[in-house]
Amino acid sequence: MRYISEFRDPALAAALARAIRQDARPDRTYHFMEFCGGHTHAIFRYGVQDLMPPNVHFVHGPGCPVCVLPVRRLDDAIELAEWHDVILCTYGDMMRVPGTGRRSLIRAKADGADIRMVYSTQDALQIARDNPDRQVVFFAIGFETTTPPTAVAIKQAQAEGLRNFTVFCNHVLTPAAIGHILSSPDFAPGGPARIDGFLGPSHVSAVIGTQPYEAAARAYRKPVVIAGFEPLDVMQSVLMLIAQVNADRAEVENQYTRVVTRFGNRKAQALVAEVLELRDSFEWRGLGAVPDSALRIRDSFADFDAEQRFMVTEKQSREVKSCECPAVLRGVRKPTECKLFGATCTPDNPMGACMVSSEGACAAYYSYGRQRTPQDAA
Amino acid sequence: MCLAIPAKVLSVEPDDMALVSVENVRKRISTALLEDVMPGDYVLVHVGYALHQLSEEEAAHTLSLMAEAGILQDELAEIRGDR
Amino acid sequence: MSTVDMTHGGGGRAMAGLIRDLFQRHLSNPALDRGDDAALVTVPGQRLVMSTDGHVIAPLFFPGGDIGALSVHGTVNDLAMMGARPLYLTAGFILEEGFPLADLERIVWSMANAAREADVQVISGDTKVVERGKGDGVFITTTGIGVVAGGVDLSAHNVQPGQSVLVSGTMGDHGVAVLSKRENLTFETEILSDSAALHGLVADMLSAVPSLTMLRDPTRGGLAATLNEIATTAGVGIMLDEAQIPVAPDVAAACELLGLDPLNTANEGKLIAICPSQDAATLLDAMLLHPLGQNAAIIGTVTKDPAQLVQMKTSFGGTRIVDWLAGEQLPRIC
Repeated sequence: MRYISEFRDPALAAALARAIRQDARPDRTYHFMEFCGGHTHAIFRYGVQDLMPPNVHFVHGPGCPVCVLPVRRLDDAIELAEWHDVILCTYGDMMRVPGTGRRSLIRAKADGADIRMVYSTQDALQIARDNPDRQVVFFAIGFETTTPPTAVAIKQAQAEGLRNFTVFCNHVLTPAAIGHILSSPDFAPGGPARIDGFLGPSHVSAVIGTQPYEAAARAYRKPVVIAGFEPLDVMQSVLMLIAQVNADRAEVENQYTRVVTRFGNRKAQALVAEVLELRDSFEWRGLGAVPDSALRIRDSFADFDAEQRFMVTEKQSREVKSCECPAVLRGVRKPTECKLFGATCTPDNPMGACMVSSEGACAAYYSYGRQRTPQDAA
Repeated sequence: MCLAIPAKVLSVEPDDMALVSVENVRKRISTALLEDVMPGDYVLVHVGYALHQLSEEEAAHTLSLMAEAGILQDELAEIRGDR
Repeated sequence: MSTVDMTHGGGGRAMAGLIRDLFQRHLSNPALDRGDDAALVTVPGQRLVMSTDGHVIAPLFFPGGDIGALSVHGTVNDLAMMGARPLYLTAGFILEEGFPLADLERIVWSMANAAREADVQVISGDTKVVERGKGDGVFITTTGIGVVAGGVDLSAHNVQPGQSVLVSGTMGDHGVAVLSKRENLTFETEILSDSAALHGLVADMLSAVPSLTMLRDPTRGGLAATLNEIATTAGVGIMLDEAQIPVAPDVAAACELLGLDPLNTANEGKLIAICPSQDAATLLDAMLLHPLGQNAAIIGTVTKDPAQLVQMKTSFGGTRIVDWLAGEQLPRIC
């Protein structure tokens, strides 16, 4: 596959592994947070940590929009499907995430709610066109990569006068989350955890460019390398991060130059800005309330906002006791350090989002890497 | 993060749509987020939308940098007598 | 009348007419045509193998197959995995009121075709009708009976560390073909389901390598699920070599687009074989000679592993677990 297979070449992997081993100073350790769940998945799926020297560690970050969605919002989505007789359209990733009381979209569907999995917001629009007598709600989740498709759909719905189409918007923003993590006491000098640099998200950056990370890199003096999606990209990015750390630099560098530019996709950004605006605050599972980190639909498009059209009950979301998703998401606990991991909490029977989402650290670790002992786990 | 795949544009269709392919698997996707999409372009596809064009030049450059990293190490190692 | 209605399941004239004009017309054979409550056949004093399988697939018609052919292949293959020669099938139909008879006829015709090609006969059947909304068009349950030659003892219980693991061809074709037809996930592709009857291939394999340890077909859950079942049953580990696992380029591409893993994707015309390592090359040669084994490969080794894990050396150079999934694989955006 063009532009995919070349970036999985084992000979180049061996070459990069050798380079990393040479450059990593033996007298120190390196802790790099891969912000993105997609990178977590790639690291485990290809066994990238096997090619790292023992003093280079990956810290798994919260870049899994499924994992950071507060339980309350999932409960709201389930309520919309069950009590408001809507057709709820959702990406596949959300189907099995457990909400309060272990209810999930897939259970609600089994109980009769009209919940349909879609690949694209275009599919959701088509369902709205095909069912003019039903209300259709699109459950929007995702970081900046997934947000422009939602904006396009809302504009298209407006242009076509699709009165029965609304969006339940849960889009979140990456640079705010990175800043929030870096400012947390967990990562203060002397704190319980350490990050020496970030592997920045590939496709979020394709949309927003590399420029938005510059403030955080400067303020917290941490290097950020925007890393491509394939395992070779991850390895080359680690090499670049090591070089920065060794030289005491804290810059934003772009490894994923075949897709990412400094200013990103301006057309997509403009569309998003037209349709959506910042929420003051949004609660992230595991990170708590993060200011300026999420988007809501503008008043000018209020007709397409599910939160305006439907009243959902006030909820107290309840997580499972002992579930360490919040700590795992912040990178301060490994999956193996959660009491429930592998015992009551498995992909068959997930207690929290980190285990359900294929990008959650716990799921990745369980499915791909549980043969490793905790010491040699990345 | 976001699963996005490089795909080749086969043909451009009205209403901001295009037919793209990965190997011989073809899919119709939206080009509403891009300008000037042409047949033959490679684009990054995520949830049924083209997000960005792919630069062939940059891809080749990245691969050559990766190869170089390896070679440099090999040469250095030989000089030092590591191998 | 062009659709199924409740009278078709009523046991009266309408049902008799449906059986005669639709089922019997295509599936005709002496035992079936007698129309007794059960079929009487003679089986020479041999070891019998029996298996049953319910088919609830959606969509009913997909590139390369349909529920009819699948219901024959699925049960024939279950028998073949024991090294049996399949002989007879029975078929139970649960039809939903309102289902078009033309579609039913297509399905039955396809079943008859598959049965003929597999040299088996459908000797008894049953039809019931459920109210509209209580079924998914049609459900088919097939039960099959076959005979196994003396000395053939294929079972996961015989698997030992050191043995070789082979597959008969490319992984994930069926799952992708079916997904390509399902609502909301349509993409234009020529990937065909690999639905096929495997007993001919099995006969050749047994004849070339009588020491064959076991066979299993990786249906739902794909290669990953089936190998994990085997590892658990036999109390062993398995180490695979990713570079050796055959996956058609289009299937790989479709899986990339949807975020699926071909190892977790269903197959309906492929088998996994385990044999002593010294016989692996001979077995592979025999498989490659058969039309259904053209992309066969040796993909791994059975290991001693108290954790009973299926692991894989990735083409990238690392190692990872190949786990079975909790439920059905769902496409993902992340």
